Amino acid sequence: MNTENVSNAKTQKLTSHKNGDGIVGIKSAKWLSLPYAVWMIGFIIIPLIVIVYYGLTTVDNRFTLDNISAISSPINLKALLMALEQSLISTIICLLLAYPLAMILSKSRMRSSSFIVMIIILPMWMNFLLRTIAWQNLLERSGIINTVLKFFGLPPMNIINTPKAIILGMVYNFLPFMVLPIYNVLIKIDKDIIDAARDLGANSVQTFLKIILPLSLPGVISGITMVFVPALTTFVISNILGGSKIVLIGNVIEQQFRMGNWHVGSGLSLVLMIFILISMAILSKYDKEGEGSGLW
Amino acid sequence: MVKKFFERFYVALILIFLYAPIAILIILSFNGSKSRAKWGGFTLKWYRELFKNESIMNALYTTLIIAVLSALIATIIGTAAAIAINSMKKTPRTIMIAITNIPMLNADIVTGISLMLLFVALRYTLGFSSVLISHITFNIPYVILSVLPKLKQLNPHTYEAALDLGASPAYAFFKVILPDIFPGVLTGFFLSFTMSLDDFVITHFTKGPEIHTLSTKIYTEVRKGIKPEIYALSTLMFITVLLLLIIINRKNAEKKAPVSRV
Repeated sequence: MNTENVSNAKTQKLTSHKNGDGIVGIKSAKWLSLPYAVWMIGFIIIPLIVIVYYGLTTVDNRFTLDNISAISSPINLKALLMALEQSLISTIICLLLAYPLAMILSKSRMRSSSFIVMIIILPMWMNFLLRTIAWQNLLERSGIINTVLKFFGLPPMNIINTPKAIILGMVYNFLPFMVLPIYNVLIKIDKDIIDAARDLGANSVQTFLKIILPLSLPGVISGITMVFVPALTTFVISNILGGSKIVLIGNVIEQQFRMGNWHVGSGLSLVLMIFILISMAILSKYDKEGEGSGLW
Repeated sequence: MVKKFFERFYVALILIFLYAPIAILIILSFNGSKSRAKWGGFTLKWYRELFKNESIMNALYTTLIIAVLSALIATIIGTAAAIAINSMKKTPRTIMIAITNIPMLNADIVTGISLMLLFVALRYTLGFSSVLISHITFNIPYVILSVLPKLKQLNPHTYEAALDLGASPAYAFFKVILPDIFPGVLTGFFLSFTMSLDDFVITHFTKGPEIHTLSTKIYTEVRKGIKPEIYALSTLMFITVLLLLIIINRKNAEKKAPVSRV
């Protein structure tokens, strides 16, 4: 079974080198992308142009930069900085939690990888709003965590409606998006390379720092983008776990749209997109194959 | 030994972290009290009430229809696109993949707003179809990224052999290529279905006032308190998926067993 796979993989590599890439012979294959190409232009590219247009114009269609510079008002700037701070902290916590988990999972050979992926994705089948609301129950002053802490004679934890609760909600919701890309990269690392390093006298720390960590970097980078962008732009988690006092940039944009200020909302979205573009640029630099393969 | 213990302990801790809120929601679905904060004794009342609650059943119906349709359409468009991308030369391929990555990497709130602005600019009424279009849009990338790796593993000569032996391209596709890439197609479908089901933000911006999915219905109830029937419904949905996965996993294990014996 295994040897067959390996030899298969080798022939594939050979053929794909010989023929450029892809399935050879399907001459008409390019036409198959036509529906998708139309769809992408209609529902990905044009909407982005529309949002740029709204962001740069006034209600009576005149060019303006006011919607963009609205970010410099004290309230909006504070919301942006707060969102940046919280999403950075949650991304770091996610990385620290996910890397060891992905390593342990990638080493366990007992279960198929699809099973492990399923366990990580399964919580998504409970609506994410409900799961976040359930954290209210866990975190409340007289909630479950505090009851347990009290039972053991430990001091209670009062983090509901504070920035800490929002960070917890972000880590909880986005952890799978950090675990999966790292796990996907780790299981693909050739065991022979690790064995070779050990044979040549590297200890486990050296093997990790010189072999495993560099090879897993693409997974880490896509994990970081997959967590940082949704955390930076969320308005739901801050709404549910932060009470109404804590306002992130996502909340500001959502409010603008709810109040009908579409142009200001679009302008602020454009500011957010700058941060998103930066992280996409970093990702594409590391995604050498250009396949987005690290994502899932 | 000690290391193994720590590893297991760590995995267990993370799983508790991921699944604790789910346990809470399941417990709440059996809570006799209407309040989230009080335990009012065990009851099955909410499960009975659930099927009588028309607005929740309507939202469930809308959610499922959108999930099935958007996953199905995204799977067809996405699989075709993946085959095309796989046969492209490097530059057009890189461009296609870059555009495919946009909805995955872009923030939900920006995707939602940009689609809403497009619909409004076209004077297209927000409702069921605008949500469906939006869900297809964010689902296609998941299909493409699930199918592409399978296509790369494909041996191109089997397809050529089929053509040489007189098969039409369409026949060769369904008999030779599709069976090989089918696991990827299926993964793409289920990922899309799950993403559609769990989406709130994009639906929130593109749905208009007429319809509700489960997510948007829950969001309107966050402030005034969630109806316990919702907990009952999500418990049922979760258990269904859990059972399905266990059955699929068993089947796969059975399929694999004879091979390993040989």
